[in-house]
Amino acid sequence: MSDTERPEVYRTPLGPEQFGIVAKPLTPFERLYNQDWLRKLFVLVVIAALWEIYARWLDNELLVPTFSATARALAQGIASGVIPARALLSVKMLLMGFAAGVSLAAVLTFFAINTRIGTDFLETMTAMFNPLPAIALLPLALIWFGLGAGSLVFVLVHSVLWAVALNTHAGFRSVSHTHRMVGQNYGLRGIGFVARILIPAAFPSILAGLKIGWAFAWRTLIAAELVFGTTSGQGGLGWYIFEAKNLLDIPEVFAGLLSIILIGLFIENVVFRLIEVNTVRRWGMQS
Amino acid sequence: MTNSSQTPLVEVRGVTLQYKTREHLVTATYRVDFSVRKSDRFVLLGPSGCGKSTLLKAVGGYLRPIEGEIRLNGHEVIKPGPDRMMVFQEFDQLLPWKTVVQNVMFPLVTSGKHTSRSARGKALDLIAKVNLSKFADSYPHILSGGMKQRVAIARGMAMEPDVLLMDEPFAALDALTRVRMQDELLALWDETRFTVIFVTHSIPEAIKIGNRILLLSPHPGQVKAEINSVPRGQDRSTASAELEHKIHKMLFADEIEEAAHV
Repeated sequence: MSDTERPEVYRTPLGPEQFGIVAKPLTPFERLYNQDWLRKLFVLVVIAALWEIYARWLDNELLVPTFSATARALAQGIASGVIPARALLSVKMLLMGFAAGVSLAAVLTFFAINTRIGTDFLETMTAMFNPLPAIALLPLALIWFGLGAGSLVFVLVHSVLWAVALNTHAGFRSVSHTHRMVGQNYGLRGIGFVARILIPAAFPSILAGLKIGWAFAWRTLIAAELVFGTTSGQGGLGWYIFEAKNLLDIPEVFAGLLSIILIGLFIENVVFRLIEVNTVRRWGMQS
Repeated sequence: MTNSSQTPLVEVRGVTLQYKTREHLVTATYRVDFSVRKSDRFVLLGPSGCGKSTLLKAVGGYLRPIEGEIRLNGHEVIKPGPDRMMVFQEFDQLLPWKTVVQNVMFPLVTSGKHTSRSARGKALDLIAKVNLSKFADSYPHILSGGMKQRVAIARGMAMEPDVLLMDEPFAALDALTRVRMQDELLALWDETRFTVIFVTHSIPEAIKIGNRILLLSPHPGQVKAEINSVPRGQDRSTASAELEHKIHKMLFADEIEEAAHV
């Protein structure tokens, strides 16, 4: 028999104290390259450098001012307090519209998951209004709500509501059946069930909806300010760009655009990222 | 038999269960009767398609029988509730947005049984019982499948439910972990003598875990036998093997019968 030719082997495994350190440190370059923010900063620096080179080569401040001129205009604008004041106005308006849109979306989706007619209502409304650009509603809004915050909030709600509602609803419907049964097992019902099971379980989709809604709102607001500059009494960043263009102060136009971009980067990379790191990433629902 | 400790805790009388799929109305069980006493380790055993999981979900209150009734402590079961804690087969039953200890605490606090401080103490106690103290503050996604099931068991037991409902909790585990989990479950039972209804399709698992076994036939599920398992604590290997053979024969006979019908 072949078993007799092959003796059984017994060994005692070594304890962990027998091993040295089994990890090797990374090189400084690898460690730097592993930093997300550093890689992103590098991309930004390259873009700025290309911009500067092209603008210097073109040498026409009315078409494309250099990066350094734009940066100077931005610094001056910030120092004089004009840009921060305008940005604050825009952001305030934005937050108002965003909050109203999200609350409405919450109410709509709550009915949509609890009743079938609510689902039909949400689906039909989203299909009708989601493709409709918010700006197209602004002339009507101006007639209904007059020149001022009311009409701006109205178009902002329109731009936020459908994106957020659609994503949230889709997220709720994809919550795993086991999680639902676990929640019911605890005796949760109605609002408690939505707040403590559905919302956290659907949080990746909800967050995606909030991001899209935020971007839509930003665009709508700036466009509205550009087209109907003084709707909010005192203008925001869009109005700042519009005024600068009228004065042919092109570096200031670029400074206005740059501040919109900077605010966008801040919201995306700091605010939403912090939320992500503390929720969906920590819970292992998103890598 | 008239002893008060032997009156049934869960009583299932003539229960017929149906559920709808897209194309069919499926009868999962047909007029099933059984009763579970306090501190029973009651096993529902049968091949797939015998409606054992559906039956367990009905006891959990997730679906209502179209005929017959299910009573818990004399009250009819009509909806899910924390007096019957479920342990599911799926590893995703823990809420990913809560740490291990928060997962165990959550039902204690929501049901109003405990304040969050006393719930934490209780949760840590049970987590220690299932040997997971080291992971109390970890999120579920870093745990292995067996660890997740242990947390789910701790969560179920922390509530001190009237009955713990386990739906093939070890089915998705590897064979070695499975044996260890079975031993741990029995050790926990020795400590607290909880009542459990346990669904499985493994005959050896049924014999090892249960003290009473309900054997179901498939399509639709009907009671085939309700038998006592081999008593624990003595040398069980021969008796277990005999019982396993007996159960196997009963299930196998069923298959032949079924083949004859086709």
